[in-house]
Order: sequence, then C-alpha cells, then structure tokens
Amino acid sequence: MVTKAKSLPIESQIETMPMPRRLRILTTVTALGFAATLFLGLFAAGTDIQQGAVQRIFYVHMPSFFGAFTAFGATVVGGILYLWRRDDQWDRIAVAGVEVGLAFAIINLATGAIWARPIWNTWWTWDPRLTSAAVMVLIYAAYLMLRAGIEDPSRKRRLMSVYGIFAFVSVLTTLFIIRVVPETIHPVIVGASPQNAQGSFEATSGVVMALIPSLILWLIFMPMTLMWHRCRLENRMEAVNRLKVQVLGER
Amino acid sequence: MKTSFRTSVFAIIAKDLRAEMRARELVSVMALFAFLSILVFSFALELDRVAREAAVSGVLWVTLIFASLLGLNRSMALEHDQGTLDALLLAPVSRSAVFAGKLVGNYLFTLMVGLVILPLMTVIYNKNMLDARLILTAVIGIFGFSTIGTLLAAMTVQTRAREAMLPIAMLPLALPFLLTAVRATTGILSAAPQRDWLVWLQLLGGISVVYLVLCLFLYDFVVED
Repeated sequence: MVTKAKSLPIESQIETMPMPRRLRILTTVTALGFAATLFLGLFAAGTDIQQGAVQRIFYVHMPSFFGAFTAFGATVVGGILYLWRRDDQWDRIAVAGVEVGLAFAIINLATGAIWARPIWNTWWTWDPRLTSAAVMVLIYAAYLMLRAGIEDPSRKRRLMSVYGIFAFVSVLTTLFIIRVVPETIHPVIVGASPQNAQGSFEATSGVVMALIPSLILWLIFMPMTLMWHRCRLENRMEAVNRLKVQVLGER
Repeated sequence: MKTSFRTSVFAIIAKDLRAEMRARELVSVMALFAFLSILVFSFALELDRVAREAAVSGVLWVTLIFASLLGLNRSMALEHDQGTLDALLLAPVSRSAVFAGKLVGNYLFTLMVGLVILPLMTVIYNKNMLDARLILTAVIGIFGFSTIGTLLAAMTVQTRAREAMLPIAMLPLALPFLLTAVRATTGILSAAPQRDWLVWLQLLGGISVVYLVLCLFLYDFVVED
C-alpha cells in the first residue's frame, strides 16, 4: 500500500481504502442481528413474574460483558503477537480491542445499575463483582491515557502490548470472582446462585431462547464488526500521518 | 559470559542499598511522606472517633501505596537521568535478574516505611498495629504491589509526564492488592475469627504470585531499547 500510495495524487490516497465487501456484509448481519435480538429480548421473551419488565435488561447486560471479554481478549492476542512478530497490524487490533471493550464494559455497568435500582434498591453497591468490574473499566481507561502519553510509535506499541496483556487479569477476576468470593449479592445464571444473591431468576427455556442469540451476537459479531471498523480507522490515521510527513518533506 | 541469576540479583540489590545508604534520598522522603499522610488522615477523620477506628486499615494501605509510588518515581527517575539503567541493561545479565533486583530493592524500601509507620499508627490512632499477623499481611501486600510498581515505573519513565503517569497506570492495577489487604487488615484488627480474614490473606498471596510471574515475563519487553 505504501509504494502504491506514493504515485497517487494526495487527495485520492485517502480514498484508496474502500470498505471490503466482507465487512459490508458483516456490518449488515450485525445490525440485523442486533435488531432481532432486541426484538427477542424486549417482546418475544415472557415477562418475569417477580421482577417484571426490568428483567429484560439482562438480555443486554450479560451479553455486553461477553462482548467486552472478546474485545479485551483480542487485545491480549494482539499484544502477544505484536511482541512476537513486531507487525503493526497486531497493535491496531489491540487498541481496537481496548476501545470497543471499554464501550461494552461501560454498557455492562450502566445496564447493571439500571437493573439494580428497582431490584437491589440502589444504583451501586461495593459488591465484589461490581467492584472488580469497575476496576476493570478503570484499568482500560488508564490504558488509553498511558497510550496517549507515549510519543515514540514503536515504544508505544511495545509498552502498550505489555499493559494490555496485564490488564486482562482484571477481566478474568471479574468473570470468576463470584465463584471464589461467596459474599456477593450478584446473581449467578450458570450454575447455582450464592445464598445471598438478590434478584436471581431461573434460566427457563424462554429466557435461554432469547439469551443465546443475543450472547452469540455480542460475543462474536458485535466486537468483530466494531473492531474491524476501528482498525480501518487506525489505518487511515496512519495514512494521514504518512501523508503529512510526505507533504512536509516536499516543502 | 552471563553472570548467574542469583549473583546478579544480589549485586543489584546491594547497589541499590549502598546508593540509598549514601544518598538517603528514598526512604527518608517516603517515610516523611507516610508520616504526613497519617497525620493528615488523622486530622481529616478527627471529628469522629468511631469512623477513625474503622478507617485505620484503609489509611494504612493508601499511605503505603502512595509512599511506594513516590519512591518508585524517584528511584526510576534517578536511574533514568543518570543513565544507570542503560548501564545495567548493557551488563551481561538476564533482564529478569535486573527486574528481580530492582523489585527487591523497591520492596525493601517500602517495607521499611511500613515497619516504621505501624508503631506510629499504634500511637496516633490508639490501636495496636504491632501484631504478627498484621506484619505478615504487610510483608505480603507490599511485595504484591511492588511487583506491578517496578514493572510500570520502568514503563512510565519512558513516557511524557512520567510522574503523573505512574499513579494513573499503577493504581487501578494495584487495586486487587489494596482491596484484599484492607479486608485482611480490618479482619485482623477487629479480632474476627480466622476464617473471615485468612481467605483474603490467601487471595493476596495468590494475586502476588500471578503478578510476579507476569512481570518477570514481560519486563524484557518493557526495557528493550
């Protein structure tokens, strides 16, 4: 791409990256899937007897964490492969993973708070899992701050790969903490809830029917689509930077 | 020929201790900061004696983490500015040995501060902090956040605004240590049954081991150039 770009006039160089057909299809599928799973969760699934309509937020709440899990997982894979192969492409995947995952993690916290207000009678409580999820968000926010503070590009990629690998500890902690620390009030959906869980509900066939498509969508399609777009954005930013250097060099 | 791991680690620790003995730049600043922090917390919580007693373990750990941040920034800035870190990395020793040496040095300095402020807090907060179990918690907890601190200090010293970057990068990653250590300390201080605080102490030890292993692997990439 670099060699080809040099021969073209400056305006058209940014335009040389049309959206690939596969990405267009993936984006359409994800958008349709998002609408479909929202329909399943909001209309098709039955209303919970005890909690009422607010239980429906669960069809976004839990899947959004899994979306964050995939995206942050991509950051780890990108980080390891970057440190190994030193190909910038892997670092782009890593940073895309952090940004997309952070958005999903914030959706996860926000929907959880909205659900907790009627069920736990509070927006927020320092429950082990809530604490760990909040720490996770802070760690990835720090990733972006730190990244902005390093000037040398290759040093930035190297250091942020290390940080991205480290940060994943917080994701695993959030995932497993309710199995380790018994004093949580956060309900467990897979397996038995802890004794003092507040606001549990049974995973009946109706719930599972609406949950599974939503989980698949958030686990695979949503992070993949958004990260792909984000990687392309990063590519363009780098193309712009290259052009800047080129134009300044010509003067 | 590479110097053996153990020899190089001890050499680096000895070098850090000797530099500190001569310059007295780190521990004195950290200890003074810790002392001030305890006083400030004491004034801030003055009005309510009950609140002060409940907050004592939080005060201890927040003070320790901030003191450690201060020391890490200072020690890394010294290494960086005088170019001694480059010399260390040029030496024919493995990178993990450099990390281990720096880690033990930082750890010992923060531990010294911890051992100074425990009796100090006993006096100021009128609560017996000189308990063997509590000292054990301090020994493990300080080691835990020293691992991530040493790694991140080597990282942030290469960034713009490095003094500001270390707390931002380190505090969220050190939170697991803060949380478990505070829980264990509170349990021990309130004379709770062993099963209530032992699990936190075990968790603290477990996280420390995970962090140590990760740091040993990743330090190579942090100090590459």
